[in-house]
Amino acid sequence: MIAEPAAEKEPPPEPPEPQTPKPDAPARRPLVKRHHWIVRFTHWANALLLLGMIGSGLQIYHAFPHFGLRGGPYYPNFRDGKYFPDWARLGGWLAGGLSWHFALAWPFVITGLVYLIYLIVSGEWRSLLFRPRDVPRAIQMQLYYLRLRREHPPQGKHNALQKAAYTFIVVLGALSVLTGFAVYKPVQLHWLTALFGGYELARYWHFWAVWIFVGFIVVHVALVLLVDPASLRAMITGWYRGRFPSHD
Amino acid sequence: MTDSSDRPFSRRDLLRLGLTAGAASLATACGWQGGPLIPALRGAAHLNDWVGEKVLFSRHRLAPQYPVSARTPEKDFPAYSITRPLPTTDSAAWALEVGGKVRKPTRFTLEMLQALPRVTYTVKHHCVEGWSAIGTWTGVPVASVVAMVEPTDEAKYLRFDTFDANYYNGWDRESALHPQTILAYAYNDRPLTPAHGAPLRLYSPVKLGYKLTKFLTRMTFTRERPGGYWEDQGYPWLGGV
Repeated sequence: MIAEPAAEKEPPPEPPEPQTPKPDAPARRPLVKRHHWIVRFTHWANALLLLGMIGSGLQIYHAFPHFGLRGGPYYPNFRDGKYFPDWARLGGWLAGGLSWHFALAWPFVITGLVYLIYLIVSGEWRSLLFRPRDVPRAIQMQLYYLRLRREHPPQGKHNALQKAAYTFIVVLGALSVLTGFAVYKPVQLHWLTALFGGYELARYWHFWAVWIFVGFIVVHVALVLLVDPASLRAMITGWYRGRFPSHD
Repeated sequence: MTDSSDRPFSRRDLLRLGLTAGAASLATACGWQGGPLIPALRGAAHLNDWVGEKVLFSRHRLAPQYPVSARTPEKDFPAYSITRPLPTTDSAAWALEVGGKVRKPTRFTLEMLQALPRVTYTVKHHCVEGWSAIGTWTGVPVASVVAMVEPTDEAKYLRFDTFDANYYNGWDRESALHPQTILAYAYNDRPLTPAHGAPLRLYSPVKLGYKLTKFLTRMTFTRERPGGYWEDQGYPWLGGV
């Protein structure tokens, strides 16, 4: 379901009236504003940038598909000595991959920071940050998904498992950036590289972060499409009309 | 050079072909280099060079050193060159010409360089490809030679030329003056072999391997930023680590 693309520039066509459903659609839930434009913009910008970072990263990997000092032994790696297919790589050759990777890195960092600053300033971090008190709620949510609990646990904008996922992905993004800098400047930022166990290990963690990102993207997209397709529209236009409550 | 009218394609045809191919590969994202976005990528690379040189680099920050026992076995330490078989020279007749924007252009023989105070360190080598290896290098700091030739205020960059085909390289002055940047004549306590750039190569743990020019013949101080064999083809110019 693709919503009106013009909604970004103009005010939404129908101002929502959450209390009174429209007469012509009495059964429909009200439209509610769910995502600020900063969240939507940074979400899609980051999605594109992440794809570019992964594609160019796999191109760079092509030049030396191992981890560890020359002469080995090399660290365990399911792609040790193996290359990635053409369609998965961006840049064409090592220099092209590096150019893309280093050019996209800054926008990737900046959109990530803009998103975080927005969350802090708007107070929205409260509905996204996974805190200790969310642990029992996450367990209840997991029981519900496993059909071990009958009713959907009460939730605010996001359930506890979503909070865990959206908190974790920010941490993963930060780790990708930090391991990236550790690999980029292992001498000038030696303290940072040492924090990750040295150049070879920093490169290794940087590589693993890719697969955690890929796993996240697969699960994230699958859940959007299978569980709550209306959330896709909400991430494009900002407006949500779906089966899950959208306010605390 | 053939006359352009004899060519099967005109320059415009080639350009059009390139743009179409660029757009097509954008659609498939297969090994795409950037097409019309290449100038933007170059701009970003300039920004990164600037950040690397002016913000992140410090001439006083030394690269960590390793014990000799940590050395990578010599058979596992890769050595690249443009020319195959390896370029060689008669080291008795060889000399390094140091000139350009300097007050005292000088010709250094290997004996002259070896008579200067030497530096030996065991450091990690970072290749742009992603591999790393540890080795011991001995030589004379570039800063010592620079002090002898007295560069002028115009000398902002250094250009290094070689007898390895058309391989050359450009450095920022700050990185060249880093105390661990040396003109190396020994690897793992023995004179350099041709594989490692005999008789003299540039070495430094603060740059990627492709900046560590082998088979040196000339060191020239310049006002404008020199290119480089790989840099001209799209590799990062600064190559600092």
